[in-house]
Amino acid sequence: MNTSVHSQLDQWSRFTPKQRLIRYGGFALTALIVAWALSSIDVIWAWVWDAPSQMGDLFGRMMPPDPQNLPSILEAIWQTVNIATLATLIAVVVSLPVAYIAAQNTTPNKFFLWVGRFILVSSRSVNTIIWALLFVAIFGPGIVAGIVAIMFRSIGFLGKLLGEAIEEIDRKPVEALEACGASRFKIVLYAIVPQVMPTFFAVAILRWDINLRESTVLGLVGAGGIGMILQGAIDTFNWPEVSMVLLTILALVILGEVVSSYLRKKIL
Amino acid sequence: MLKITNLTKRYGSGDPVLKGLDLTVEGDQITSVIGSSGAGKSTLLRCINRLVEPTSGSINLNGTEFTTLKRSELRAARRRIGMVFQGFNLIDRLTVMENVQSGRLGYIPPWPALTRRYPKDDIRRAYELMERVGIAHYADKRADELSGGERQRVGVVRALMQRPEILLADEPTASLDPKTSEQIMSLLRDLASELKLPVIINIHNVTEAKEYSDRIVGMRYGRIIFDDKPAQLTKTEMDEIYAGVPAQDRAAVGAAA
Repeated sequence: MNTSVHSQLDQWSRFTPKQRLIRYGGFALTALIVAWALSSIDVIWAWVWDAPSQMGDLFGRMMPPDPQNLPSILEAIWQTVNIATLATLIAVVVSLPVAYIAAQNTTPNKFFLWVGRFILVSSRSVNTIIWALLFVAIFGPGIVAGIVAIMFRSIGFLGKLLGEAIEEIDRKPVEALEACGASRFKIVLYAIVPQVMPTFFAVAILRWDINLRESTVLGLVGAGGIGMILQGAIDTFNWPEVSMVLLTILALVILGEVVSSYLRKKIL
Repeated sequence: MLKITNLTKRYGSGDPVLKGLDLTVEGDQITSVIGSSGAGKSTLLRCINRLVEPTSGSINLNGTEFTTLKRSELRAARRRIGMVFQGFNLIDRLTVMENVQSGRLGYIPPWPALTRRYPKDDIRRAYELMERVGIAHYADKRADELSGGERQRVGVVRALMQRPEILLADEPTASLDPKTSEQIMSLLRDLASELKLPVIINIHNVTEAKEYSDRIVGMRYGRIIFDDKPAQLTKTEMDEIYAGVPAQDRAAVGAAA
């Protein structure tokens, strides 16, 4: 009996004809959307074909990098590091209470939950550059606007991830400490903080790494750091200096990566 | 003395899980509560310190009526009841000493709690108790480095740090292997008589219950249907306590009502 069944079961396909039709339909639709998008954006193709030679030309003008202004570039890059670090530190402190009220299981009540989530969403939905434009208008150009801009964007990121970590804790130790008669504050201290600690450090280091990169462009809108020098060099067609700045930024980003992965290994 | 009178617990609008239950525990006796899953053992234990809010009835521990306490009064009263859990409920990333001292959190102010500067008396008592149960050499280890039996010892010491007037143990040996399980049971029995502490244990292992307790309470579907010395627990009683499944039983009761 078995053999007869097997002899009939020598055909198998991953999809039924209907599924296959739907998949082909999906591919066709995607191709159509791409074609429509390309045709509607008015590309000047001559410039696109011209790009390689333009690139070669620009590269030629950038070479060799000009280290003449290196002292001021290094000073600006140090400023950039400080913007990122200070902003991350402040954001970490500010995001703690926000995470606490925005987590379902620790929020005091519905109103605070709503306030917490509003802070997180509004911080996250605005890009750092836009925050920077706003704060340059308020504080004037310079490092303070940069720090506040980075901080505002970071609160949402840190608060959101920390809040999720709080929501995912194991409830059992909390129950045990409730049974001991511990107050709310001490339960947070002993049962919640130790459980959230690893996430806290991982997220803070990750955000510092991101902030380092974001603060390099802040100068483009006048919010301090290396971007200001970059903007100045581009405006004056000082291409050798532009390439010097770009190299310095590259070095900074690599250094930041090394430091943050070292810290991650060391702490976690 | 713990005196429970007419205790009822109902989750939502469903059938009550505890139906007008009466139980009195005194002296330094070990009382084991047995019964199939869903009989209400865990709910009973958690109603005593109000981790689960009782629907009606009275719970009186040495003159304090627990059911009417306000939040802050309840916190103070809970210090007097020690609790041991099936899953140990330790804080994994903290050291054994910090876990043990967390039993004193109801007593010490926030600042010493934050900075881990515990009172000398508490540290001395912690070392004594840890020595007594054989975990003193682990004081500086993280709780998640310990084995199951050792972790439950930490749980027991944490509860005893409260200087409780009664100890509740919710299936304290269910996550342990048979040998470790017997060690924990005999430890609980010895501590009960050493500290003159009444102990209520929820337990699935009837053999252990009979061996280590002075009194056995059999629950079936929210009621106590057996309450006597372990020797009196015969096959007939056992069958009655463990017969059928709660769901079928519920249907039968529903049909009769």
